[in-house]
Amino acid sequence: MKAGVLNFPDRRESPTIDQVGVEERAKRFCARSIKKETKMSALKLAVTMLDVTTLEGADSVGKVRQMCQKARQPLPGDPSVGPAAAVCVYPRMVKTAAKAVEGSSVLVASVATQFPSGQMRLKERLAEVRYAVGEGADEIDMVISRGQFLQGEYRAIFDEVAACKEACGGAHLKVILETGELTTYDNVRWASDIAIAAGADFIKTSTGKVPIAATLPVTLVMLQAIEDHYDRTGKMVGMKPAGGISNAKLAIQYLVMVREVLGEKWLTNKWFRFGASSLTNDLLMQIRKQETGRYQSGDYFTKD
Amino acid sequence: MTIKKTYKLFIGGKFPRTESGRVLDVRGKDGELLANASWASRKDFREAVVAARKASGGWGKASAYLKGQILYRIAEMLEGRRAQFVVELVAHGISEERAEKDVSEAIDLLVHYGGWSDKYQALFSSANPVASSHFNFSVPEPTGVVGIIAPRRGSLPELVSALAPVIVGGNSAIVLAGENALTAITFAEVLSTSDVPAGVVNILTGKRAELIPEFAKHMDVNAVLLCSNDKDEKKLLDLESAENLKRVSHQKDAPLKESPYHILDFQEVKTTWHPIGV
Repeated sequence: MKAGVLNFPDRRESPTIDQVGVEERAKRFCARSIKKETKMSALKLAVTMLDVTTLEGADSVGKVRQMCQKARQPLPGDPSVGPAAAVCVYPRMVKTAAKAVEGSSVLVASVATQFPSGQMRLKERLAEVRYAVGEGADEIDMVISRGQFLQGEYRAIFDEVAACKEACGGAHLKVILETGELTTYDNVRWASDIAIAAGADFIKTSTGKVPIAATLPVTLVMLQAIEDHYDRTGKMVGMKPAGGISNAKLAIQYLVMVREVLGEKWLTNKWFRFGASSLTNDLLMQIRKQETGRYQSGDYFTKD
Repeated sequence: MTIKKTYKLFIGGKFPRTESGRVLDVRGKDGELLANASWASRKDFREAVVAARKASGGWGKASAYLKGQILYRIAEMLEGRRAQFVVELVAHGISEERAEKDVSEAIDLLVHYGGWSDKYQALFSSANPVASSHFNFSVPEPTGVVGIIAPRRGSLPELVSALAPVIVGGNSAIVLAGENALTAITFAEVLSTSDVPAGVVNILTGKRAELIPEFAKHMDVNAVLLCSNDKDEKKLLDLESAENLKRVSHQKDAPLKESPYHILDFQEVKTTWHPIGV
Protein backbone atom coordinates (compact mmCIF):
# COMPACT_ATOMS: atom_id res chain seq x y z
CA MET A 1 0.00 0.00 0.00
CA LYS A 2 1.41 3.35 -0.97
CA ALA A 3 1.60 6.02 1.72
CA GLY A 4 0.17 8.55 -0.70
CA VAL A 5 -3.28 7.00 -0.88
CA LEU A 6 -3.89 6.87 2.86
CA ASN A 7 -6.60 9.16 4.12
CA PHE A 8 -7.13 10.35 7.65
CA PRO A 9 -10.42 8.79 8.80
CA ASP A 10 -13.59 10.76 9.35
CA ARG A 11 -14.38 10.72 13.04
CA ARG A 12 -18.10 10.94 12.28
CA GLU A 13 -17.84 7.38 10.91
CA SER A 14 -16.28 6.21 14.14
CA PRO A 15 -19.25 5.42 16.35
CA THR A 16 -19.37 6.13 20.05
CA ILE A 17 -19.42 3.00 22.17
CA ASP A 18 -22.20 1.94 24.47
CA GLN A 19 -20.18 0.84 27.49
CA VAL A 20 -22.91 -1.18 29.16
CA GLY A 21 -23.86 -2.85 25.88
CA VAL A 22 -20.31 -3.84 25.03
CA GLU A 23 -19.63 -5.26 28.47
CA GLU A 24 -22.88 -7.19 28.49
CA ARG A 25 -22.22 -8.63 25.07
CA ALA A 26 -18.66 -9.58 26.02
CA LYS A 27 -19.99 -11.39 29.07
CA ARG A 28 -22.25 -13.54 26.91
CA PHE A 29 -19.29 -14.97 24.99
CA CYS A 30 -18.22 -16.54 28.29
CA ALA A 31 -21.42 -18.51 28.58
CA ARG A 32 -20.95 -20.83 25.59
CA SER A 33 -20.73 -24.52 26.32
CA ILE A 34 -17.69 -25.95 24.53
CA LYS A 35 -17.66 -29.73 24.52
CA LYS A 36 -14.94 -32.35 24.11
CA GLU A 37 -13.76 -32.40 20.47
CA THR A 38 -14.52 -28.75 19.95
CA LYS A 39 -12.57 -27.88 23.06
CA MET A 40 -9.62 -29.95 21.96
CA SER A 41 -9.55 -28.35 18.52
CA ALA A 42 -9.92 -24.88 20.07
CA LEU A 43 -6.99 -25.56 22.40
CA LYS A 44 -4.81 -26.75 19.55
CA LEU A 45 -5.84 -23.80 17.41
CA ALA A 46 -4.98 -21.42 20.26
CA VAL A 47 -1.48 -22.90 20.48
CA THR A 48 -0.89 -22.13 16.80
CA MET A 49 -2.03 -18.55 17.42
CA LEU A 50 0.48 -17.82 20.16
CA ASP A 51 3.02 -15.07 19.93
CA VAL A 52 5.27 -16.57 22.56
CA THR A 53 6.66 -13.52 24.26
CA THR A 54 9.54 -12.47 26.44
CA LEU A 55 10.04 -8.76 26.99
CA GLU A 56 12.14 -8.44 30.09
CA GLY A 57 15.25 -6.55 30.97
CA ALA A 58 16.67 -9.88 32.03
CA ASP A 59 16.27 -11.57 28.60
CA SER A 60 19.42 -13.42 27.68
CA VAL A 61 20.46 -15.24 24.52
CA GLY A 62 19.97 -18.55 26.32
CA LYS A 63 16.48 -17.69 27.47
CA VAL A 64 15.40 -16.55 24.00
CA ARG A 65 16.77 -19.72 22.40
CA GLN A 66 14.95 -21.86 24.90
CA MET A 67 11.72 -19.99 24.28
CA CYS A 68 12.11 -20.38 20.52
CA GLN A 69 12.52 -24.12 20.94
CA LYS A 70 9.30 -24.16 22.87
CA ALA A 71 7.55 -22.17 20.13
CA ARG A 72 8.75 -24.68 17.50
CA GLN A 73 7.73 -27.70 19.50
CA PRO A 74 5.39 -26.78 22.36
CA LEU A 75 4.71 -30.35 23.45
CA PRO A 76 7.76 -32.53 22.81
CA GLY A 77 6.71 -35.88 21.46
CA ASP A 78 3.38 -34.65 20.12
CA PRO A 79 3.75 -33.07 16.66
CA SER A 80 0.00 -32.46 16.43
CA VAL A 81 0.40 -29.53 18.86
CA GLY A 82 1.83 -26.31 17.51
CA PRO A 83 4.07 -24.82 16.33
CA ALA A 84 3.28 -21.39 17.72
CA ALA A 85 2.72 -18.51 15.28
CA ALA A 86 5.66 -16.37 16.33
CA VAL A 87 8.09 -15.40 19.02
CA CYS A 88 8.04 -11.82 20.25
CA VAL A 89 11.25 -10.25 21.55
CA TYR A 90 13.14 -6.99 21.93
CA PRO A 91 15.12 -5.79 18.86
CA ARG A 92 18.47 -6.86 20.31
CA MET A 93 17.26 -10.45 20.50
CA VAL A 94 15.84 -10.60 16.95
CA LYS A 95 18.96 -12.09 15.39
CA THR A 96 19.18 -14.79 18.06
CA ALA A 97 15.50 -15.59 17.68
CA ALA A 98 15.63 -15.63 13.87
CA LYS A 99 18.47 -18.15 13.97
CA ALA A 100 16.68 -20.28 16.55
CA VAL A 101 13.45 -20.57 14.55
CA GLU A 102 15.15 -21.05 11.17
CA GLY A 103 13.60 -23.83 9.13
CA SER A 104 10.29 -23.74 10.96
CA SER A 105 7.07 -21.85 10.31
CA VAL A 106 7.57 -19.74 13.44
CA LEU A 107 7.93 -16.04 12.65
CA VAL A 108 9.96 -13.48 14.56
CA ALA A 109 8.14 -10.44 15.88
CA SER A 110 9.99 -7.57 17.45
CA VAL A 111 8.66 -4.73 19.51
CA ALA A 112 10.05 -1.37 18.44
CA THR A 113 9.43 2.41 18.57
CA GLN A 114 10.63 2.77 22.17
CA PHE A 115 8.46 0.03 23.55
CA PRO A 116 6.65 0.24 25.95
CA SER A 117 6.26 4.02 26.48
CA GLY A 118 6.89 5.33 22.97
CA GLN A 119 8.31 8.49 24.54
CA MET A 120 11.05 9.35 22.04
CA ARG A 121 11.43 11.36 18.87
CA LEU A 122 9.86 9.73 15.82
CA LYS A 123 13.25 9.69 14.06
CA GLU A 124 14.83 7.36 16.63
CA ARG A 125 11.70 5.27 16.84
CA LEU A 126 11.70 4.71 13.09
CA ALA A 127 15.41 3.90 13.21
CA GLU A 128 14.58 1.21 15.74
CA VAL A 129 11.99 -0.26 13.36
CA ARG A 130 14.53 -0.36 10.53
CA TYR A 131 17.12 -1.93 12.80
CA ALA A 132 14.73 -4.68 13.90
CA VAL A 133 13.67 -5.41 10.31
CA GLY A 134 17.33 -5.45 9.27
CA GLU A 135 18.08 -8.00 11.99
CA GLY A 136 15.48 -10.31 10.47
CA ALA A 137 12.15 -9.48 12.10
CA ASP A 138 9.10 -10.64 10.12
CA GLU A 139 6.72 -8.53 12.18
CA ILE A 140 7.02 -5.28 14.09
CA ASP A 141 4.92 -4.49 17.16
CA MET A 142 4.90 -0.70 17.48
CA VAL A 143 3.41 1.42 20.25
CA ILE A 144 1.47 4.61 19.57
CA SER A 145 2.21 7.82 21.48
CA ARG A 146 -0.62 7.66 23.99
CA GLY A 147 0.35 11.03 25.40
CA GLN A 148 -0.17 12.70 22.05
CA PHE A 149 -3.39 10.81 21.48
CA LEU A 150 -4.80 11.98 24.79
CA GLN A 151 -3.76 15.55 23.92
CA GLY A 152 -5.92 15.28 20.85
CA GLU A 153 -3.09 15.14 18.33
CA TYR A 154 -4.76 12.41 16.32
CA ARG A 155 -3.02 13.28 13.05
CA ALA A 156 0.35 12.73 14.72
CA ILE A 157 -0.77 9.18 15.56
CA PHE A 158 -1.94 8.63 12.01
CA ASP A 159 1.37 9.93 10.67
CA GLU A 160 3.54 7.86 12.99
CA VAL A 161 1.70 4.65 12.16
CA ALA A 162 1.98 5.38 8.44
CA ALA A 163 5.68 6.20 8.80
CA CYS A 164 6.29 2.98 10.71
CA LYS A 165 4.44 1.00 8.06
CA GLU A 166 6.75 2.48 5.47
CA ALA A 167 9.82 1.74 7.60
CA CYS A 168 8.70 -1.86 7.98
CA GLY A 169 9.06 -2.54 4.27
CA GLY A 170 7.95 -6.15 3.80
CA ALA A 171 7.47 -6.80 7.52
CA HIS A 172 3.97 -6.88 9.01
CA LEU A 173 3.04 -4.05 11.31
CA LYS A 174 1.12 -4.59 14.54
CA VAL A 175 -0.03 -1.42 16.25
CA ILE A 176 -0.25 -1.50 20.03
CA LEU A 177 -2.91 0.93 21.28
CA GLU A 178 -2.23 0.32 24.99
CA THR A 179 -5.93 0.38 25.72
CA GLY A 180 -5.33 0.49 29.46
CA GLU A 181 -4.05 4.03 29.03
CA LEU A 182 -6.70 5.23 26.59
CA THR A 183 -9.28 5.21 29.42
CA THR A 184 -12.52 5.01 27.37
CA TYR A 185 -14.01 2.66 24.80
CA ASP A 186 -14.63 5.67 22.55
CA ASN A 187 -10.91 6.36 22.54
CA VAL A 188 -10.13 2.71 21.85
CA ARG A 189 -12.48 2.70 18.88
CA TRP A 190 -11.12 5.96 17.50
CA ALA A 191 -7.50 4.85 17.93
CA SER A 192 -8.34 1.56 16.21
CA ASP A 193 -9.87 3.41 13.27
CA ILE A 194 -6.83 5.69 12.98
CA ALA A 195 -4.37 2.78 13.12
CA ILE A 196 -6.32 0.77 10.54
CA ALA A 197 -6.60 3.75 8.20
CA ALA A 198 -2.87 4.38 8.50
CA GLY A 199 -2.07 0.91 7.24
CA ALA A 200 -1.82 -1.36 10.28
CA ASP A 201 -1.80 -5.08 9.44
CA PHE A 202 -2.79 -5.95 12.99
CA ILE A 203 -4.13 -3.96 15.90
CA LYS A 204 -3.05 -5.07 19.35
CA THR A 205 -4.46 -4.18 22.74
CA SER A 206 -1.57 -3.83 25.13
CA THR A 207 2.11 -3.92 25.88
CA GLY A 208 1.58 -6.06 28.94
CA LYS A 209 3.51 -3.45 30.92
CA VAL A 210 0.59 -1.56 32.46
CA PRO A 211 -1.84 -3.00 35.02
CA ILE A 212 -4.90 -3.02 32.75
CA ALA A 213 -4.17 -5.20 29.74
CA ALA A 214 -6.40 -7.06 27.30
CA THR A 215 -10.01 -7.56 28.32
CA LEU A 216 -12.88 -9.11 26.39
CA PRO A 217 -14.89 -5.86 26.04
CA VAL A 218 -11.92 -3.84 24.82
CA THR A 219 -11.09 -6.57 22.31
CA LEU A 220 -14.72 -6.58 21.21
CA VAL A 221 -14.57 -2.84 20.47
CA MET A 222 -11.46 -3.37 18.37
CA LEU A 223 -13.02 -6.34 16.55
CA GLN A 224 -15.99 -4.13 15.67
CA ALA A 225 -13.60 -1.57 14.20
CA ILE A 226 -12.05 -4.34 12.10
CA GLU A 227 -15.50 -5.58 11.08
CA ASP A 228 -16.64 -2.11 9.96
CA HIS A 229 -13.43 -1.61 7.99
CA TYR A 230 -13.94 -4.97 6.31
CA ASP A 231 -17.52 -4.14 5.43
CA ARG A 232 -16.47 -0.81 3.91
CA THR A 233 -13.33 -1.82 2.04
CA GLY A 234 -13.23 -5.64 1.92
CA LYS A 235 -9.79 -5.57 3.51
CA MET A 236 -9.01 -7.77 6.47
CA VAL A 237 -7.05 -6.54 9.49
CA GLY A 238 -5.69 -8.84 12.18
CA MET A 239 -6.29 -8.69 15.92
CA LYS A 240 -3.94 -9.45 18.78
CA PRO A 241 -5.09 -9.24 22.38
CA ALA A 242 -2.05 -9.26 24.64
CA GLY A 243 -1.39 -9.25 28.34
CA GLY A 244 -3.51 -10.81 31.04
CA ILE A 245 -4.63 -13.83 29.02
CA SER A 246 -3.12 -16.47 31.22
CA ASN A 247 -5.43 -19.44 31.06
CA ALA A 248 -6.91 -21.68 28.42
CA LYS A 249 -10.51 -21.00 29.36
CA LEU A 250 -10.11 -17.30 28.70
CA ALA A 251 -8.29 -18.00 25.44
CA ILE A 252 -11.24 -20.10 24.25
CA GLN A 253 -13.63 -17.29 25.14
CA TYR A 254 -11.61 -14.99 22.89
CA LEU A 255 -11.84 -17.51 20.06
CA VAL A 256 -15.61 -17.72 20.52
CA MET A 257 -15.81 -13.95 20.31
CA VAL A 258 -13.72 -13.73 17.16
CA ARG A 259 -15.79 -16.46 15.54
CA GLU A 260 -19.07 -14.77 16.40
CA VAL A 261 -18.05 -11.19 15.56
CA LEU A 262 -15.77 -11.58 12.55
CA GLY A 263 -16.47 -15.12 11.40
CA GLU A 264 -14.39 -18.15 10.61
CA LYS A 265 -12.11 -16.33 8.18
CA TRP A 266 -10.31 -14.75 11.13
CA LEU A 267 -9.77 -18.04 12.96
CA THR A 268 -6.23 -18.57 11.73
CA ASN A 269 -2.91 -17.30 12.98
CA LYS A 270 -2.71 -15.09 9.92
CA TRP A 271 -5.46 -12.91 11.38
CA PHE A 272 -5.61 -13.61 15.06
CA ARG A 273 -2.87 -13.93 17.67
CA PHE A 274 -2.50 -14.17 21.41
CA GLY A 275 0.32 -12.22 22.98
CA ALA A 276 1.19 -14.14 26.11
CA SER A 277 4.03 -15.50 28.13
CA SER A 278 2.25 -17.80 30.55
CA LEU A 279 -0.68 -18.98 28.42
CA THR A 280 1.35 -21.64 26.59
CA ASN A 281 1.73 -24.02 29.50
CA ASP A 282 -1.88 -23.73 30.53
CA LEU A 283 -2.99 -24.62 27.00
CA LEU A 284 -0.62 -27.59 26.99
CA MET A 285 -1.85 -28.73 30.39
CA GLN A 286 -5.46 -28.54 29.22
CA ILE A 287 -4.62 -30.54 26.10
CA ARG A 288 -3.00 -33.24 28.24
CA LYS A 289 -5.99 -33.16 30.56
CA GLN A 290 -8.33 -33.77 27.63
CA GLU A 291 -6.15 -36.70 26.52
CA THR A 292 -5.59 -38.37 29.89
CA GLY A 293 -8.54 -37.25 32.01
CA ARG A 294 -6.10 -36.13 34.71
CA TYR A 295 -5.66 -32.57 35.81
CA GLN A 296 -2.05 -31.62 35.26
CA SER A 297 0.76 -30.11 37.25
CA GLY A 298 3.22 -27.45 36.16
CA ASP A 299 5.94 -29.78 37.45
CA TYR A 300 5.68 -31.89 34.31
CA PHE A 301 5.94 -29.12 31.71
CA THR A 302 9.02 -27.18 30.66
CA LYS A 303 9.44 -23.74 32.14
CA ASP A 304 10.36 -21.11 29.61
CA MET B 1 -35.80 -15.30 65.40
CA THR B 2 -32.93 -17.75 65.08
CA ILE B 3 -30.94 -17.58 61.92
CA LYS B 4 -29.70 -20.87 60.53
CA LYS B 5 -26.11 -20.61 59.41
CA THR B 6 -25.03 -21.56 55.90
CA TYR B 7 -21.76 -23.44 56.04
CA LYS B 8 -19.49 -22.78 53.09
CA LEU B 9 -16.18 -24.20 51.90
CA PHE B 10 -12.75 -22.90 52.86
CA ILE B 11 -10.52 -22.37 49.82
CA GLY B 12 -7.54 -20.07 49.50
CA GLY B 13 -8.35 -18.24 52.73
CA LYS B 14 -11.90 -17.43 51.58
CA PHE B 15 -15.26 -18.97 52.28
CA PRO B 16 -16.85 -19.54 48.87
CA ARG B 17 -20.10 -21.41 48.26
CA THR B 18 -19.65 -24.50 46.16
CA GLU B 19 -19.72 -23.60 42.47
CA SER B 20 -22.13 -26.50 41.93
CA GLY B 21 -24.82 -24.90 44.10
CA ARG B 22 -25.45 -28.23 45.81
CA VAL B 23 -26.00 -28.56 49.54
CA LEU B 24 -25.92 -31.38 52.06
CA ASP B 25 -28.41 -31.67 54.87
CA VAL B 26 -26.61 -31.75 58.16
CA ARG B 27 -28.87 -33.48 60.68
CA GLY B 28 -28.60 -33.77 64.42
CA LYS B 29 -28.98 -36.90 66.50
CA ASP B 30 -32.78 -36.78 66.36
CA GLY B 31 -32.79 -36.26 62.64
CA GLU B 32 -33.66 -32.56 62.85
CA LEU B 33 -32.07 -30.26 60.29
CA LEU B 34 -29.17 -28.37 61.86
CA ALA B 35 -27.91 -26.53 58.82
CA ASN B 36 -27.06 -26.76 55.17
CA ALA B 37 -23.44 -27.42 54.33
CA SER B 38 -21.85 -27.06 50.90
CA TRP B 39 -21.54 -30.24 48.87
CA ALA B 40 -18.18 -29.69 47.22
CA SER B 41 -17.82 -30.62 43.57
CA ARG B 42 -14.79 -31.83 41.66
CA LYS B 43 -14.28 -28.30 40.42
CA ASP B 44 -14.19 -26.98 43.98
CA PHE B 45 -11.49 -29.54 44.65
CA ARG B 46 -9.46 -28.33 41.67
CA GLU B 47 -9.76 -24.74 42.85
CA ALA B 48 -8.46 -25.90 46.21
CA VAL B 49 -5.47 -27.57 44.55
CA VAL B 50 -4.62 -24.32 42.76
CA ALA B 51 -4.84 -22.40 46.04
CA ALA B 52 -2.75 -24.98 47.88
CA ARG B 53 -0.09 -24.98 45.17
CA LYS B 54 0.14 -21.23 45.29
CA ALA B 55 0.59 -21.27 49.05
CA SER B 56 2.99 -24.18 49.27
CA GLY B 57 6.14 -22.33 48.19
CA GLY B 58 6.01 -19.63 50.83
CA TRP B 59 4.79 -21.90 53.60
CA GLY B 60 7.44 -24.50 52.81
CA LYS B 61 10.13 -21.86 53.27
CA ALA B 62 8.62 -20.25 56.37
CA SER B 63 10.84 -20.52 59.42
CA ALA B 64 10.25 -23.24 61.97
CA TYR B 65 9.67 -20.51 64.51
CA LEU B 66 6.87 -18.95 62.47
CA LYS B 67 5.17 -22.27 61.79
CA GLY B 68 5.31 -23.11 65.47
CA GLN B 69 3.89 -19.72 66.43
CA ILE B 70 1.03 -20.11 64.00
CA LEU B 71 0.12 -23.54 65.36
CA TYR B 72 0.08 -22.11 68.89
CA ARG B 73 -2.08 -19.30 67.60
CA ILE B 74 -4.60 -21.76 66.17
CA ALA B 75 -4.68 -23.43 69.58
CA GLU B 76 -5.32 -20.06 71.26
CA MET B 77 -8.15 -19.16 68.91
CA LEU B 78 -9.69 -22.59 69.31
CA GLU B 79 -9.65 -22.14 73.08
CA GLY B 80 -11.45 -18.82 72.62
CA ARG B 81 -14.28 -20.49 70.70
CA ARG B 82 -14.50 -23.55 72.89
CA ALA B 83 -18.14 -22.92 73.79
CA GLN B 84 -19.26 -22.77 70.16
CA PHE B 85 -17.54 -26.07 69.35
CA VAL B 86 -19.10 -27.75 72.35
CA VAL B 87 -22.59 -26.62 71.31
CA GLU B 88 -22.07 -27.89 67.76
CA LEU B 89 -20.67 -31.21 68.91
CA VAL B 90 -23.53 -31.70 71.34
CA ALA B 91 -25.99 -30.99 68.52
CA HIS B 92 -24.31 -33.83 66.64
CA GLY B 93 -25.16 -36.19 69.48
CA ILE B 94 -21.95 -36.15 71.45
CA SER B 95 -22.29 -35.80 75.22
CA GLU B 96 -21.30 -32.48 76.69
CA GLU B 97 -18.58 -34.05 78.79
CA ARG B 98 -17.11 -35.81 75.77
CA ALA B 99 -17.36 -32.63 73.67
CA GLU B 100 -15.38 -30.64 76.26
CA LYS B 101 -12.77 -33.40 76.28
CA ASP B 102 -12.57 -33.45 72.46
CA VAL B 103 -11.96 -29.72 72.21
CA SER B 104 -9.24 -29.91 74.88
CA GLU B 105 -7.65 -32.79 73.04
CA ALA B 106 -7.62 -30.83 69.76
CA ILE B 107 -5.98 -27.88 71.49
CA ASP B 108 -3.36 -30.18 73.04
CA LEU B 109 -2.63 -31.71 69.64
CA LEU B 110 -1.98 -28.29 68.13
CA VAL B 111 0.35 -27.33 70.96
CA HIS B 112 2.08 -30.69 70.66
CA TYR B 113 2.80 -30.33 66.94
CA GLY B 114 3.58 -26.64 67.34
CA GLY B 115 6.36 -27.75 69.66
CA TRP B 116 7.72 -30.15 67.05
CA SER B 117 8.09 -27.40 64.45
CA ASP B 118 11.77 -26.72 65.24
CA LYS B 119 12.64 -30.18 66.50
CA TYR B 120 11.63 -32.78 63.94
CA GLN B 121 14.35 -31.65 61.55
CA ALA B 122 17.00 -32.46 64.12
CA LEU B 123 15.36 -35.80 64.85
CA PHE B 124 15.07 -36.91 61.23
CA SER B 125 18.28 -35.42 59.83
CA SER B 126 21.48 -37.36 59.81
CA ALA B 127 25.17 -37.00 59.08
CA ASN B 128 25.95 -40.10 57.08
CA PRO B 129 29.26 -41.96 57.11
CA VAL B 130 30.72 -42.23 53.60
CA ALA B 131 33.97 -43.71 52.33
CA SER B 132 35.22 -40.58 50.56
CA SER B 133 36.27 -37.10 51.55
CA HIS B 134 32.75 -35.70 51.76
CA PHE B 135 30.41 -34.50 54.39
CA ASN B 136 27.22 -36.33 53.65
CA PHE B 137 24.03 -35.30 55.34
CA SER B 138 20.30 -35.81 54.89
CA VAL B 139 17.55 -33.39 55.79
CA PRO B 140 13.75 -33.62 55.54
CA GLU B 141 11.92 -31.18 53.27
CA PRO B 142 8.16 -30.70 52.76
CA THR B 143 6.48 -32.87 50.11
CA GLY B 144 4.29 -30.04 48.80
CA VAL B 145 0.52 -30.28 48.32
CA VAL B 146 -1.03 -32.96 50.53
CA GLY B 147 -4.59 -34.22 50.29
CA ILE B 148 -6.15 -35.38 53.54
CA ILE B 149 -9.22 -37.59 53.63
CA ALA B 150 -10.15 -37.11 57.27
CA PRO B 151 -11.79 -39.86 59.34
CA ARG B 152 -15.37 -40.44 58.32
CA ARG B 153 -17.05 -39.89 61.68
CA GLY B 154 -16.09 -38.19 64.85
CA SER B 155 -15.38 -34.75 66.10
CA LEU B 156 -12.50 -32.32 66.31
CA PRO B 157 -9.47 -34.48 67.23
CA GLU B 158 -10.04 -36.61 64.13
CA LEU B 159 -9.57 -33.58 61.91
CA VAL B 160 -6.78 -31.87 63.83
CA SER B 161 -4.70 -35.00 64.37
CA ALA B 162 -4.53 -35.54 60.61
CA LEU B 163 -4.00 -31.90 59.68
CA ALA B 164 -1.50 -30.60 62.23
CA PRO B 165 1.47 -32.88 61.36
CA VAL B 166 1.00 -32.15 57.65
CA ILE B 167 1.11 -28.36 57.96
CA VAL B 168 3.79 -28.19 60.63
CA GLY B 169 6.01 -30.01 58.14
CA GLY B 170 5.66 -27.12 55.68
CA ASN B 171 3.07 -28.70 53.38
CA SER B 172 -0.15 -27.11 52.24
CA ALA B 173 -3.26 -29.22 52.68
CA ILE B 174 -6.62 -29.92 51.08
CA VAL B 175 -8.86 -31.60 53.63
CA LEU B 176 -11.98 -33.55 52.82
CA ALA B 177 -13.79 -33.29 56.12
CA GLY B 178 -15.78 -36.13 57.62
CA GLU B 179 -19.55 -36.13 57.94
CA ASN B 180 -19.39 -33.69 60.84
CA ALA B 181 -19.25 -30.79 58.42
CA LEU B 182 -20.20 -28.05 60.86
CA THR B 183 -17.22 -28.66 63.14
CA ALA B 184 -14.87 -28.71 60.16
CA ILE B 185 -16.05 -25.39 58.79
CA THR B 186 -16.16 -23.75 62.20
CA PHE B 187 -12.57 -24.92 62.56
CA ALA B 188 -11.85 -23.21 59.22
CA GLU B 189 -13.11 -19.98 60.78
CA VAL B 190 -10.55 -20.51 63.54
CA LEU B 191 -7.83 -21.04 60.94
CA SER B 192 -8.75 -17.93 59.01
CA THR B 193 -8.31 -15.79 62.13
CA SER B 194 -5.03 -17.42 63.17
CA ASP B 195 -2.53 -15.95 60.69
CA VAL B 196 -2.45 -19.17 58.68
CA PRO B 197 -1.50 -17.91 55.20
CA ALA B 198 -4.32 -18.20 52.65
CA GLY B 199 -4.32 -21.53 50.85
CA VAL B 200 -2.14 -23.42 53.34
CA VAL B 201 -5.25 -25.18 54.61
CA ASN B 202 -8.29 -25.72 52.42
CA ILE B 203 -11.33 -27.54 53.76
CA LEU B 204 -14.03 -29.17 51.67
CA THR B 205 -17.22 -30.84 52.81
CA GLY B 206 -18.66 -33.38 50.43
CA LYS B 207 -18.94 -37.02 49.45
CA ARG B 208 -15.98 -39.35 49.70
CA ALA B 209 -16.98 -41.52 46.74
CA GLU B 210 -17.09 -38.46 44.51
CA LEU B 211 -13.88 -36.79 45.66
CA ILE B 212 -11.40 -39.54 46.57
CA PRO B 213 -10.79 -40.41 42.89
CA GLU B 214 -10.06 -36.73 42.25
CA PHE B 215 -7.54 -36.58 45.07
CA ALA B 216 -5.88 -39.68 43.67
CA LYS B 217 -5.82 -38.64 40.01
CA HIS B 218 -4.80 -34.99 40.19
CA MET B 219 -1.19 -34.62 39.03
CA ASP B 220 -0.58 -31.53 41.14
CA VAL B 221 -1.28 -33.33 44.43
CA ASN B 222 1.98 -34.71 45.77
CA ALA B 223 0.69 -36.90 48.58
CA VAL B 224 -2.53 -38.20 50.09
CA LEU B 225 -3.33 -39.20 53.65
CA LEU B 226 -6.32 -41.53 53.69
CA CYS B 227 -8.05 -42.32 56.99
CA SER B 228 -10.18 -45.24 56.02
CA ASN B 229 -10.98 -48.85 56.87
CA ASP B 230 -12.54 -49.41 53.46
CA LYS B 231 -10.56 -51.82 51.24
CA ASP B 232 -11.98 -50.41 48.01
CA GLU B 233 -11.09 -46.81 48.89
CA LYS B 234 -7.52 -47.83 49.70
CA LYS B 235 -7.13 -49.82 46.51
CA LEU B 236 -8.52 -47.04 44.35
CA LEU B 237 -6.15 -44.52 45.90
CA ASP B 238 -3.13 -46.79 45.49
CA LEU B 239 -3.91 -47.51 41.84
CA GLU B 240 -4.64 -43.98 40.72
CA SER B 241 -1.76 -42.45 42.70
CA ALA B 242 0.79 -44.52 40.82
CA GLU B 243 0.60 -42.22 37.78
CA ASN B 244 2.57 -39.41 39.40
CA LEU B 245 4.07 -41.51 42.20
CA LYS B 246 2.11 -39.81 44.94
CA ARG B 247 3.21 -40.46 48.46
CA VAL B 248 0.30 -42.34 50.03
CA SER B 249 -0.24 -42.84 53.73
CA HIS B 250 -2.96 -45.18 54.94
CA GLN B 251 -4.33 -44.64 58.42
CA LYS B 252 -7.25 -46.06 60.35
CA ASP B 253 -10.63 -44.35 60.29
CA ALA B 254 -9.92 -42.83 63.72
CA PRO B 255 -7.88 -40.03 65.30
CA LEU B 256 -4.15 -40.38 64.66
CA LYS B 257 -1.98 -40.91 67.74
CA GLU B 258 0.31 -37.95 68.27
CA SER B 259 3.74 -38.77 66.92
CA PRO B 260 6.52 -36.96 65.03
CA TYR B 261 6.48 -39.85 62.57
CA HIS B 262 3.24 -38.48 61.17
CA ILE B 263 5.27 -35.40 60.24
CA LEU B 264 7.87 -37.62 58.59
CA ASP B 265 5.15 -39.28 56.50
CA PHE B 266 5.00 -36.11 54.38
CA GLN B 267 8.65 -35.19 54.14
CA GLU B 268 11.10 -35.83 51.33
CA VAL B 269 14.63 -36.60 52.47
CA LYS B 270 17.27 -34.63 50.64
CA THR B 271 20.86 -35.85 50.81
CA THR B 272 23.75 -33.51 50.13
CA TRP B 273 27.37 -34.41 49.36
CA HIS B 274 29.78 -31.68 50.35
CA PRO B 275 33.50 -32.08 49.59
CA ILE B 276 35.98 -31.58 52.43
CA GLY B 277 39.57 -30.44 52.18
CA VAL B 278 41.42 -29.53 48.94
